[in-house]
Amino acid sequence: MTNTFKKVTESIEKASAWQQKYREIMLLGKTLPALPEVLKTEDALVPGCESKVWMFVEFDLKENTLVVIGDSDTRIVKGLLAIILALYNGLTPEQVVNINAYEEFDKLGLISHLSASRGNGIKAMVNKIQTMAQQKIS
Amino acid sequence: MPALEFNINKIRNDFPTLKQSINDNQLVYLDSAATTQKPQSVIDVINEFYTSQNANVHRGRHTLSEHATTLYEQARDKTAKYFNVLSKEIVWTKGATEAINLVSNGLRNRLSKNDTIIISALEHHANIVPWQVLSEQTGAKLIALPVNHDGTLNIKQCCDFIKQSKPSLLTITQASNTLGNITNLEPLITAAKNVDSLVLIDGAQGAMHLKPDLRKLNCDFYVCSSHKMLGPTGLGVLYGQYEALNSLDVYQTGGEMIDKVYLTHSTYRPAPAKFETGTPNISGVLGFSAALDYLNAIQSSELHRYEQELFKYAAEQLVTIEGITIYSNLSDNIGTLSFNFKDEHPYDLATLLDGYGVAVRAGHHCTQPLMAHLGLNGTLRASFCFYNTYEDVDIFINSLKECIALLD
Repeated sequence: MTNTFKKVTESIEKASAWQQKYREIMLLGKTLPALPEVLKTEDALVPGCESKVWMFVEFDLKENTLVVIGDSDTRIVKGLLAIILALYNGLTPEQVVNINAYEEFDKLGLISHLSASRGNGIKAMVNKIQTMAQQKIS
Repeated sequence: MPALEFNINKIRNDFPTLKQSINDNQLVYLDSAATTQKPQSVIDVINEFYTSQNANVHRGRHTLSEHATTLYEQARDKTAKYFNVLSKEIVWTKGATEAINLVSNGLRNRLSKNDTIIISALEHHANIVPWQVLSEQTGAKLIALPVNHDGTLNIKQCCDFIKQSKPSLLTITQASNTLGNITNLEPLITAAKNVDSLVLIDGAQGAMHLKPDLRKLNCDFYVCSSHKMLGPTGLGVLYGQYEALNSLDVYQTGGEMIDKVYLTHSTYRPAPAKFETGTPNISGVLGFSAALDYLNAIQSSELHRYEQELFKYAAEQLVTIEGITIYSNLSDNIGTLSFNFKDEHPYDLATLLDGYGVAVRAGHHCTQPLMAHLGLNGTLRASFCFYNTYEDVDIFINSLKECIALLD
């Protein structure tokens, strides 16, 4: 697990009431820099029904690591995006495929946000990152 | 059976789904525009069918089949009576969407580039896309009624529009699923009839809240959905004035709908049979029958009065919250509040409300053209039903205030 991930999720883990948990998620979202408008293209949209999520998954050839950036028009999804970014950013493809976002979200008590009915694109984000990592390995 | 007095405590008790906690809070279900909860009697009938009555209908001379067929056809009679039309004018479909598709497909050989179809910006996607396809296939012109900036209709302007456009078909919703606004249908239907246009009414939202007399309404087609009127999912109703219905081309073909089948051609039975091929959703029809029994047992004027008072109470509370914008027309509404808080995304507030056990919908509600018309990306929608209580409204309002505070 990256240090960034440990740092960003500490406050969520500590939160006892669900209200506090959401507060921390939304605060996390605020720390994420806004994506420039020119990058918020149709192509960058992650398929999701109720919220818009723009995400770019690139590969840093020199460092052999994944670079993920993104933004969302909702506070909660942006916060969840920040967790995903902290989870995978800067990792090698081999490290990425070994990290299961579902397990990590479950530990944080956020697994329901990865359910199909949420339609928030978080699931699609994870798939996009994992697919990219798989492609780099093979 | 004489209609019972409206007793909310008794009614609450009839809906098992409502008696549960969500996230450690009592469930406050305000998403009935998406689907209504089901009374125990509907659940029992479906259970009973599969436990002791299961058989195919219209086939077999055995006792179970005959019994199932009787119940199945009684449901059709009951539906016809509910809408004050004839049993042979009722077709079972798998939903309101399929009912619209049945009509649009049935008109495919009748329309050409000289025809005009009128829809409105208020429509659910289900009452837009089938007509776009029909327009592409036939060359018929697809145009939209003028809708005011606030999502209401200027009836005089609309009637003039119909008079000038001389459509072959006018298709419009009885009540907006997003806003709850009730359409003043009578003058629009009269205007359409004056130019010999067919009229289809999307009753998905209106069938239960407004219980229309379709004979009086004088539309040619009316569609609705069982699951939005206490019944099970997977069943819809198409009403068609008999001549108009029977003149539609067949939609799907196969068994049951045929009269004589030869190897190279077949003849079809008259409506409604010619539109009901394959084994139907029998348990769904029986469940819907029980749902109609439930609705019929409550005086519809009482039901309407209660829903309107509850809606008024909710609207009055909601407007007092600073920063709230309501998009629904509050004076003529089936009981749906569409709103936003400042420029906050509805997704966030709906997610937070769920934490308090309050179920609302967020998004474009399958009405993207209406959202574009109102200049919005989406709204929060709280839709009420007669099984909701004043306490539900209080919890909803208090929870909403708490959620707004969490955004700071």
